[in-house]
Amino acid sequence: MTLASLTRPWRAFSYGFLDASAKREMRRKMIKAVAVPGCQMPYASREVPIARGWGTGGLQVTLTLVNPKSVVKVIDQGADDSVNAASIRRFLTRVSGAGATNDTLAASLIQSRHRIPEEKLRADQILILQVPNPEPLRPVEPNMSAARQMHADADYGRLWLTLYEQIVRSGRVMQGASYPSMVNGRHVMSPSPIPRWDVPKLHMADHLTILSAGREKRIFAVPPHTRVEPLVFDDVPYRVEDHAGLTCARSGLTGYFMNEIPQDGGGSAHEVSDSELGVKAIRRAEGEDPEIGATWYVDGEMQR
Amino acid sequence: MTALAKAMPQLVTAEPLMRFDSLSKRYGPVVALDDVSAHVYPGEVLGIVGESGSGKSTLLRMMNLQESPDAGTYALDLPDLPPNLFDLDRFERRMLCARRIGIVYQNPHQGLLMKNSSSGNVAERLLIAGERRFHVLREKARGALDASEFPLDRMDAPPVELSGGMQQRVQLAKAIALEPALLLLDEPTTGLDVSVQALVLDTLKRLQQDRRMTMVLVSHDLGVIRTMADRVMVMRQGKVVEEGLADQVFQDPQHAYTQQLVHAKL
Repeated sequence: MTLASLTRPWRAFSYGFLDASAKREMRRKMIKAVAVPGCQMPYASREVPIARGWGTGGLQVTLTLVNPKSVVKVIDQGADDSVNAASIRRFLTRVSGAGATNDTLAASLIQSRHRIPEEKLRADQILILQVPNPEPLRPVEPNMSAARQMHADADYGRLWLTLYEQIVRSGRVMQGASYPSMVNGRHVMSPSPIPRWDVPKLHMADHLTILSAGREKRIFAVPPHTRVEPLVFDDVPYRVEDHAGLTCARSGLTGYFMNEIPQDGGGSAHEVSDSELGVKAIRRAEGEDPEIGATWYVDGEMQR
Repeated sequence: MTALAKAMPQLVTAEPLMRFDSLSKRYGPVVALDDVSAHVYPGEVLGIVGESGSGKSTLLRMMNLQESPDAGTYALDLPDLPPNLFDLDRFERRMLCARRIGIVYQNPHQGLLMKNSSSGNVAERLLIAGERRFHVLREKARGALDASEFPLDRMDAPPVELSGGMQQRVQLAKAIALEPALLLLDEPTTGLDVSVQALVLDTLKRLQQDRRMTMVLVSHDLGVIRTMADRVMVMRQGKVVEEGLADQVFQDPQHAYTQQLVHAKL
């Protein structure tokens, strides 16, 4: 028994799997989300052939935006070759006829779980971030009705209070991922569990970012050239992870966000989190000439 | 000239700081407030007494703009405010309360984030008002806690780990952090043992004297009212049955209900 024998041929589905009504719903909510940057828009989240919590929000956005000329890249925690990324990529190409790539520069649609590629994205590219928990106020206000009222009032004092408590208890802000960020000076969003390293990449970027939570049925967006400012105290500056001095054990790259790989001896090695960037560096070292685009960070310093 | 003006001319300025007129409120068949009017002068402490269900807590909630009456007006003599504060929308009310009105609740769970630090609870009030400098937040929280006679070596302990008296001091620090024009005290010493109650009252008296703070104190404990209030308003079944200087009301109560209350206490 094969998977193919258990499923209907792709022609039996609507183009891009989702029916026209679902796509219209997604398009309308995406337009609203772009019109009010950072504001969470509720939407009718459909069933797709992966489990809730595995990227259904991102997948629905990608399925709505994809066309036969699209080139799709799927990232899972920086890697293109994880089971989840490979499954989603194969599904997308199967139901849409779109091309697939690992190369950030070649992609038109980039669906990502918790990382933003190190190479700068262009205006003709769309980044789709999978979001497990879209509500930044949930840790401080479990009542979602009250939380929505707080968004309406731009009442984000409790989020700053969380940062205050972290500094009091630990001497520094401990929020590692999902760092609450003010979008366009109005709405605070949780930029999905991307590391702090990645948050500045959203600020005044050339590309459109759409963040979608399938389980929570919320969609929000950061349009191109929009301010994304992490919440910080005036006298306690925002700090990204201290990875500037780390070197990738496989590619030799330095100054990018790294994954820590525990070693048998008890120590740890580091590998560049953006696996495709690492692959390009290795290919270049082996004498090939892959195109490596400009990166957001150079020697660990964010470039503007 | 009113009796208050004669007795304490230093309190009475040209205009009362707070004035509410003809407040009425019904909850179904229950009349919570029936045509209640009063005013409070700057630097004055108004005590409101009455049995449970007399309407004093409803009145306090209205002063804190948490509730609207069926009829009546409420004004504060502060710049840029409308003649009737009930005309403000929900957000404007919230901002006004955060910045200009402090409140200490009977139950600290109502006024505090029990798992945040005590200084964080005070800082929250400052954050709502727009302060975004960590070191300023820290210093102002320290100052407010110190003014409330809270032990500063415990300023980062969460209220859940503190005694009832300490929790009330944190509430007090939070309420005075922005130096509000009006401080509302809803049974602030109920549930505390007598010695702690005396300490909290001492702190309140000192704050009132040092800062000329205008306070409205709601309590069913006549001893607390007598200790703190310049003027007393006695409420019963939603109506003000007697109003006057504290000494006058306690020494020579006119209304039968007030006489009953005073004698019951004695």
